[in-house]
Amino acid sequence: MDLRYSESDEKFRAGLRAWLRDAVPAHGDPPIGADWAERREYDTAWQRKLYDAGYAGINWPREFGGRDASLTEQLVYYEEVARARAPYVGVNFVGLLHGGPTLMAEGSPEQKERHIAPIIRGEQVWCQGFSEPGAGSDLAALSTRAELDGDVYVVSGHKIWTSFAQVADYCELLVRTDPNAPKHRGITWLAMPMDLPGIEIRPLPTLLGSGEFSEVFLENVRVPVECRVGAENDGWRITNVTLSFERGTAFASDMYQLQQSLRDLTALAGRLTRDDVKAWEDRALRREVGHLAAELDAIWAMVKYTVSEAGKTGVPGATGSCIKLYYSELKQRLGELSMRLIGRAALGRDDVGDLPSGEIVHSALQSLSLTIAAGSSQIQRNIISERILGLPREPR
Amino acid sequence: MDFQLTEDQEALREGVRSFCDGRFSFDALRELEEKGAIDRELWGELAEMGVFSLRLPESEGGVGLGFADAVLVFAELGRRLVPGPLVWSQLLAGRIDGAADGEVVVGGLDLCGPVGGPLVVEHLDQLDALVVLRSDGVVRVDPRSLHAKPVARPLDPHTPIHHVATLPDGEPIGDAEDAARLRREGGALVAGQLLGIAEMTQELATEYARKREQFGRPIGGFQAVKHILADAFTRQELARAAVYAAGATLDDPEVGSAARAVSTAKLVAGEAAMKNSRACVQVHGGMGYTWEIPAHYYLKRTWVLENVFGTVDEHAEEMAEYVAADA
Repeated sequence: MDLRYSESDEKFRAGLRAWLRDAVPAHGDPPIGADWAERREYDTAWQRKLYDAGYAGINWPREFGGRDASLTEQLVYYEEVARARAPYVGVNFVGLLHGGPTLMAEGSPEQKERHIAPIIRGEQVWCQGFSEPGAGSDLAALSTRAELDGDVYVVSGHKIWTSFAQVADYCELLVRTDPNAPKHRGITWLAMPMDLPGIEIRPLPTLLGSGEFSEVFLENVRVPVECRVGAENDGWRITNVTLSFERGTAFASDMYQLQQSLRDLTALAGRLTRDDVKAWEDRALRREVGHLAAELDAIWAMVKYTVSEAGKTGVPGATGSCIKLYYSELKQRLGELSMRLIGRAALGRDDVGDLPSGEIVHSALQSLSLTIAAGSSQIQRNIISERILGLPREPR
Repeated sequence: MDFQLTEDQEALREGVRSFCDGRFSFDALRELEEKGAIDRELWGELAEMGVFSLRLPESEGGVGLGFADAVLVFAELGRRLVPGPLVWSQLLAGRIDGAADGEVVVGGLDLCGPVGGPLVVEHLDQLDALVVLRSDGVVRVDPRSLHAKPVARPLDPHTPIHHVATLPDGEPIGDAEDAARLRREGGALVAGQLLGIAEMTQELATEYARKREQFGRPIGGFQAVKHILADAFTRQELARAAVYAAGATLDDPEVGSAARAVSTAKLVAGEAAMKNSRACVQVHGGMGYTWEIPAHYYLKRTWVLENVFGTVDEHAEEMAEYVAADA
């Protein structure tokens, strides 16, 4: 049992930290508001810089232009980008975490050629067309239809929760090709170009009021058969290749970042005054901070434990669900504590006086999505109790 | 970095587990409840297995292992509710003659925390030596010299207690730094025991939920029940990571602050043990509220362990200080 990073890990860290020290400030602040073209430009330009510096696709194999970093180097990477407050993966998320890895595993040589290098260089943006109004946690119940007509699929349906659809070049799209087969066996995976006729994008404002989510309406969209990845009706298996990526170390930076948020909260409590004393003098507040700090340290230790386990067995363990479950609820608790600390300033979504209510309120509201996205907390509890504890399974 | 058990560590864990499963079954615990928590013969067997001499160098008759190994052993002792001042006897092995080989049972009292409250000593009747940690140093007291009143009904049936009116000065055996170190190391070993409790209570509850049927199906098939168990498992694994990290950090302080890692382990494992014990009572339904089902022993032992080497509130405040120092 050894928690020490190796010499080569530390060398990797030193190089990355030095690069981030200059590259992050040089890239400037992210655009604010709903200018999605500007947002795409900001995120993809950062991706290109990562690529040129050799840090893009940290877990991607070298043959696809990735860094192929060891698991511990990946942890170092997530620690350092969080520490440097580097730009978030943003519009590149789906390409780097879903689309790209799926194509690596299941794409034809032509498909790999067409997509993978442009994704990692920040030249091709992907969005995800999985969920539907009637298919959320029960994703396999999706009903978007695709019918073969010569060498095109004619696709009609309604997708939802599609991030950055406005600026995406391709959509990883799940469609039903066999309505008579059992629901898991009639699904096909398509790489749909977003410039085809018949695609309508309607922004779906979140409770933050922001519009990175959209609904995507498809009406007789003619998708060439060559866009199909894998065999017809084999889409569910192919999808599960990608879904496991989302529960691995994808949130590692975010988790590490929470430690910074807690330090920020503590610093703020050190300058706020309540009843003529510093808010930090409040013992109840300190104890709450102490509990959160312990849980954050423990969850980071758990990430290391799980990563070491994956290094040994070659597959990410089901405890990834535990990490996701605990972390997402923890972030919500931290958000609420931060809002309580700033009192009535939390009634504003812009900074009130010299209090950073803008960031605190945004972060607290945004954290509500974490227990829903990428497998809700209820689904995670099902996974843990069924796959790990062996309890009876829910209907599928 | 390889934050996994080595083969030797797995073997160590399995060895201690099979010993404890054999010697400290629930039937055996019930017998100890009748005839006294500490059985000197069993204590000798624990010593023979190396529970006390684990971290002593081989040149001193020990096993030469570290805290990363010791927390594994204490997790197994916690799983089976092995009674007695195990942590104190291990901490003082090598420093008090006879502790390592089980001839001398060492107990202790940690008075480093906030002043006040009654002086309550565990297992006093059975102690050959009593060590007191104070913020200014460590002293040894003759347990037989104390004016102490037994408490007829202890919370934990396997942890008899005495109420002591006053403590003599005792014989100094360590300075303030020793006291802080012993408190830290003790905290890690107790966190190990709490991890074992969190694990076992989850397993007992899950096992019951798989077998117990109501409305024509196993209760573990109801989400209201299985989600309780998923949360229990999650807390247990969080505790495991924290406890193993505390052990590894005590062995290699270059990877982080040992004091912070121990506070983290004690808090997280303590919460896991407490909540999982409660869940174990709850999932067993009416039977969980009986003396017959062992869930209550775990809950009671957890309360004992939460009150040594720093309480929840003390560790939470210490953690807050670490965060503030970095802010």
